Amino acid sequence: MKILVPVKRVVDYNVKIKVKSDNSNVDLENVKMSMNPFDEIAVEEAVRLKEKKLCNEIIAITIGSAKSEETLRTALAIGADKGILVETEEEVQPLEVAKILREIIKKNNPDLVLMGKQAIDDDSNQTGQMLSALLEWPQGTFASKLEINGKKLNVTREIDGGLETLEMAIPAIITTDLRLNEPRYASLPNIMKAKQKPIEKITPKDLNIEIKQRLKTLEVKEPPKKQAGIKIDSVQELVKKLHDEEKVI
Amino acid sequence: MSVLVLIEHDNQSLKLSSLNTITAAKKIDKSVHAIILGENCSKVAEELSKCQDIEEIFISENNIYKNHIAENIAPTIVELANKYSHILAPSSTFGKNIMPRIAALLDVAQISDIISVENNDTFIRPIYAGNANLKVQSKDSKKIITVRTTNFEASKLDGGNTKITKIENKKDAGLSKFLKNELNKSDRPELTSAGIIISGGRGMESGKNFNLLEEVADKLKAAVGASRAAVDAGFVPNDYQVGQTGKVVAPELYIAVGISGAIQHLAGMKDSKIIVAINKDEEAPIFQVADYGIVGDLFKILPELSKELDKIKS
Ligand SMILES: Cc1cc2nc3c(=O)[nH]c(=O)nc-3n(C[C@H](O)[C@H](O)[C@H](O)COP(=O)(O)OP(=O)(O)OC[C@H]3O[C@@H](n4cnc5c(N)ncnc54)[C@H](O)[C@@H]3O)c2cc1C
Ligand SMILES: Nc1ncnc2c1ncn2[C@@H]1O[C@H](COP(=O)(O)O)[C@@H](O)[C@H]1O
Repeated sequence: MKILVPVKRVVDYNVKIKVKSDNSNVDLENVKMSMNPFDEIAVEEAVRLKEKKLCNEIIAITIGSAKSEETLRTALAIGADKGILVETEEEVQPLEVAKILREIIKKNNPDLVLMGKQAIDDDSNQTGQMLSALLEWPQGTFASKLEINGKKLNVTREIDGGLETLEMAIPAIITTDLRLNEPRYASLPNIMKAKQKPIEKITPKDLNIEIKQRLKTLEVKEPPKKQAGIKIDSVQELVKKLHDEEKVI
Repeated sequence: MSVLVLIEHDNQSLKLSSLNTITAAKKIDKSVHAIILGENCSKVAEELSKCQDIEEIFISENNIYKNHIAENIAPTIVELANKYSHILAPSSTFGKNIMPRIAALLDVAQISDIISVENNDTFIRPIYAGNANLKVQSKDSKKIITVRTTNFEASKLDGGNTKITKIENKKDAGLSKFLKNELNKSDRPELTSAGIIISGGRGMESGKNFNLLEEVADKLKAAVGASRAAVDAGFVPNDYQVGQTGKVVAPELYIAVGISGAIQHLAGMKDSKIIVAINKDEEAPIFQVADYGIVGDLFKILPELSKELDKIKS
């Protein structure tokens, strides 16, 4: 089985982002960037399937600026075999990401696409579902457990009321949720080895994809700030405040 | 053109999220239609027909819709789409799963998780875990939208008598099959619609210790939530998780117990009206968003809180 893992370079999850003073966008100058955490979970899952001999090749793909090569190297260090960088300086929105991925899939014929449920920068939570629609493949979104029995998959999904299990055939699109696994740290020898692994570089144009800005950013603002509250010494006082003053209990 | 709302329900009754979504739809256009896809779900349509904000209800009942399989629902909605300028659903796991599929089939973008309608093509949505709000204009001919329900009041179910029209069923896409679910039954209010929420974090130390929270929750008729750390540690089920990638809540009162206040957690609860934090570390970032903070050991404070609540009730 061949697995494709789309990975996105995003602001590190520990960074508290600032908005630019002209409200044109967020300020990404000198900010730490990392692989989207959900995509790390996807890479980890693919590597575990490879370790169980259920997969023989893992291709990581990213769409983004030349710097996204770092993100691919991270995927290669965790255990992907090969990388594809679709290089563009433009902002690529989920539908176009999905269209690019469809072209890559046509060329590489993976049996499974493992990807994040959500990129933590745009918080869109769309790309996997869109890709699945474009390909007419089944979708197993927000997965917390994946079982492979031959050509069939059982996908346990995290839904609002609890968990749900679906059965689907490969090829399929799976998007990861937090509980699917705990990603490993890449070891130093593996980071060194990753430098030798192949990365193919192409552009959206090579795939005949035109990048459209369907959603136009008009303004980016900081949300209203909360007034700092007060510290209270006793539970008795707290209950009094909530009951007598705030009238919420 | 009218606006269509895809109704979230469990075949028995309407989810409140649908009523919040109807309010958002109404801000886009006066004419709002609703579609109900499910199995033996006529009760849902009857319930919804009382809503005066809807002009017409369409319902299709078929086994293929019973478990809200996205691959079956999306093509049915796409078939109806040419009559509508906008299609909306709540940004619950139901809406998040289905709507991008509809958008891709229509070759348009999706606008995720809107918190405000500026006009019929411009919306505001949070990005970067709610650390920024993006005002975005859609240039597509059709707008596919998911709605952050906490930012829109629920439309009322009073006095309406909306027409219900049955529509034809589509064929099973045959891509995914529902096997089973494990839904967490609880007598407590649902997290996303509760007036009061008390959430526990890693500081709770075990699932058993959540009893302390539940005791307080019972007295306040509150829902119980959790941080990711508490869910990952197995203290409570996944659907308790509040945050950027869990549930977004905005109750009248949110009590965070043994939760540090990571940005990802704050993203899911910072719009609560009153926030109370109980944490032994006075430097914990949760205190920066709390209206009232108590620095101390939760294992001492929770039983005290429970006792004090008895006093005000009597
Ligand atoms: C991609 C991604 C998505 C995420 N999504 C979410 C999300 O949706 N929701 C979410 O919550 N998190 C999310 N997180 C995780 C988040 O970054 C934090 O790790 C998490 O919120 C921490 O949970 P916590 O506050 O319970 O634990 P900790 O940060 O460990 O805090 C525990 C707190 O308990 C206090 N404490 C301990 N013992 C006691 C005691 N006896 N009495 C009083 N106080 C005590 C400590 O002082 C501490 O402040 C996400 C992370 C990533 C990377
Ligand atoms: N530019 C990109 N390059 C590679 N993968 C991406 C890109 N954008 C999104 N993805 C994938 O799609 C998932 C969901 O992203 P989103 O729909 O933007 O929230 C991510 O977790 C990635 O797996």
